[in-house]
Amino acid sequence: MTRCLLLSMHEWKQQHAPREPRVDRVHLEVGSFTCVEPDQLVVTWSDAVKGSWLDGSELVIESVPLVGRCVRCQATYSPDPADGFRSPCCQHPMEEIVSGRELRIRSVAYGFETATTPPTAPCPTPAC
Amino acid sequence: MHMPLEDTLGLNLLAANQHRADHNREHFDAWNLLCLNVMSSPGAGKTSLLERSLAALAGRWAMAVLEGDMTTLLDAERLEAVGIPVVPITTGRACHLDAAMVSGGLKLLQQRLDPSDLDLLWVENVGNLVCPAEFAIGEHRKVALLSVTEGDDKPLKYPVMFREADCVLITKVDLLPHLPVDVERIEAHIRQVNPRCAVFRLSATSGEGFDAWHDWLATQLNSLPTTPALIPA
Repeated sequence: MTRCLLLSMHEWKQQHAPREPRVDRVHLEVGSFTCVEPDQLVVTWSDAVKGSWLDGSELVIESVPLVGRCVRCQATYSPDPADGFRSPCCQHPMEEIVSGRELRIRSVAYGFETATTPPTAPCPTPAC
Repeated sequence: MHMPLEDTLGLNLLAANQHRADHNREHFDAWNLLCLNVMSSPGAGKTSLLERSLAALAGRWAMAVLEGDMTTLLDAERLEAVGIPVVPITTGRACHLDAAMVSGGLKLLQQRLDPSDLDLLWVENVGNLVCPAEFAIGEHRKVALLSVTEGDDKPLKYPVMFREADCVLITKVDLLPHLPVDVERIEAHIRQVNPRCAVFRLSATSGEGFDAWHDWLATQLNSLPTTPALIPA
């Protein structure tokens, strides 16, 4: 999963070529009905980006809860594995998922290096 | 110093893999073959399923296998013995196949045969009930196996895999008389997370259930577009 995220970020970077963006934060939305463990992804991200163009960037993950919709009565509900994911209203199987399958890069906070403005006059203190 | 900027992407985290999967799929469609992604936990019977189905269907359809395994060629060698072309894909430490690995396997397959002569391409994924569920490889159908020895709770414990499957095969049903497991309960749990998938009960040892499973395959093959698509450059 980390590798896929890195590849997706590389594709994003290419959109800015030839400029080199410096990434501060990558915001993800991760649904709770996915195979991604957010804490683990944060750890592997920080290891994977060391020494790369993404070094120093922060991965911020927003968890999106699993929400189902009962196809019988149209009520939304929070499917519970302990209840077999059934709708509490009609005891219907989990047919429609409203949210919880998200694996999305929501946004990237970044910038481009700007040249530091040189001092207009030499420093009067020789030792500084 | 840099000017703070923010791009709102709304981009699929797996977009890079999905692009490659879409490209694989374009090839499958151009070759007019059906590609199956066969997934399960280790030991659920994927290779035994393939051995039996390949032997039974060899005279009916032209088939090949991409065989995913972490470290060995053992499963590939078992399937080669059936007389079907097999391309092993050794994933190393990766616990699933991704679209790029399958693309590499397709290139090797093309060195051995013309894929447009095939009807059915089986991709046996790495044994794992978690990660393979999220990684598209370009398949037309996802097939998940669950053996009766794994217990009836697995569809609820690993719901994403069973939710994503187009077809779930409950395997090793010949062992049911020896196990304190309720196959009706297994099937009910599958349908709780995925009411729409096809479910079959099989035994690769006795052959029970294979006719119905093969009929399902025939239906999927017949649902392919009749006019092959063009492969984009």
